[in-house]
Amino acid sequence: MKAAAFAYAKPRSLAEALDLLERPGAKILAGGQSLIPSLNMRLSAPELLVDIGAIASLGGMELNGSTVRIGALTTHAQIEKSTLVRRHVPMLADAAVQIAHPAVRNRGTLGGSLALADPAAEYPACALALDATLVIHGKKGERRTKATEFFKGLFETDLKPDEILTGAEFPTGGESSFDELARRQGDYASAGLAAHRRDSEIRLAFFGVASQAILAKHAAAEAKKSIAAAQQALAQDLDPPADLYHSGATKLHLARVLLGRALARWNMK
Amino acid sequence: MEHEIDTALTVNGVEVRRRIPARQNLVDFLRDELGLTGSHVGCEHGVCGACTLRVNGAIVRGCLMLAVQADGCNVETIEGLSDSGELAGLQKAFHARNALQCGFCTPGMLIAARDLQIQNPKATRDEIRAHLSGNYCRCTGYQAIVDAIEEVLNGKG
Repeated sequence: MKAAAFAYAKPRSLAEALDLLERPGAKILAGGQSLIPSLNMRLSAPELLVDIGAIASLGGMELNGSTVRIGALTTHAQIEKSTLVRRHVPMLADAAVQIAHPAVRNRGTLGGSLALADPAAEYPACALALDATLVIHGKKGERRTKATEFFKGLFETDLKPDEILTGAEFPTGGESSFDELARRQGDYASAGLAAHRRDSEIRLAFFGVASQAILAKHAAAEAKKSIAAAQQALAQDLDPPADLYHSGATKLHLARVLLGRALARWNMK
Repeated sequence: MEHEIDTALTVNGVEVRRRIPARQNLVDFLRDELGLTGSHVGCEHGVCGACTLRVNGAIVRGCLMLAVQADGCNVETIEGLSDSGELAGLQKAFHARNALQCGFCTPGMLIAARDLQIQNPKATRDEIRAHLSGNYCRCTGYQAIVDAIEEVLNGKG
């Protein structure tokens, strides 16, 4: 199918983009790897696409003390290949290679994925597990919000219609483990886990098993006792709805398998 | 606000200037406006890989990029990559190994395979399969395609 007609503008600055966003029916176009399919299928029919692809300040990656800041327009391929990311927030590099396929990773962006908040997407779970801070710009300036406050539900975030997600800050350090189970390399995950531990704190963010990425707090607490206890407790955190291929019970089982693998990787018993 | 945008891009080494409807995908522009029908339109939502193109050296889905987004870009299609000889080794191996039947997926397969050859010239069979995971073939069962690419990567193409 073909997209319905829309107007298109390519601002060169954030200020110009924020002006354009105030127009009726305006929508941000970043990498387009989720938006353009939805346009093609006419699931989305914006009046104006504001292509933020030429705003230079939205790119780049840098280490600031104990945080890696990644600009919203950074592609999955750039994250996958970045030595900075590999060294300081390896979870993101491990996640990036699991996202769709090479041709999609060359266009899709970190900011687009976070702002869309697909329940089966990798980065929202990474942001929760790493306790990331999201940077948002509006007409009134910049504000920051923790990932735990940003994701509100199915494709729902704290982002207002007149705001732009400009980047994310990921704390460095600790140990991470990222894994997902899919029917085919690059497909949406049937279940996925972004796990992170720093000192005695364990954060387990599951994706593809609920209406949004979700922190499994009971399982994380029980993980200090044993893997089996954590797997048992996971039912208190997750009640996965069935998808096209799996019952809810199967998805919970797959989540437990991922949890067992992650904890075993950390030599937990 | 404009629904049609003046756009300038390079396609297979040739400069092209057109006024393009914002809603037109890059692959439709190449096929319908420039007559470059080697890039195929399959699923139109980024799943099948038949429309794989190279933009500024990186492979992309031609159905998941608006033509107006290619303003200032260097676009290469199966036609240009065939004419330059860049794909000759892969094409020969695909032919020899019977790595196509209907041929609908082949342009995308070749461009994805070439991308792998550039990025990871010593890729294993598993890596070949992972790199082609976004390209559907409904005829061959993939085995012959992976065989052909493996042969080229091992320097026998």
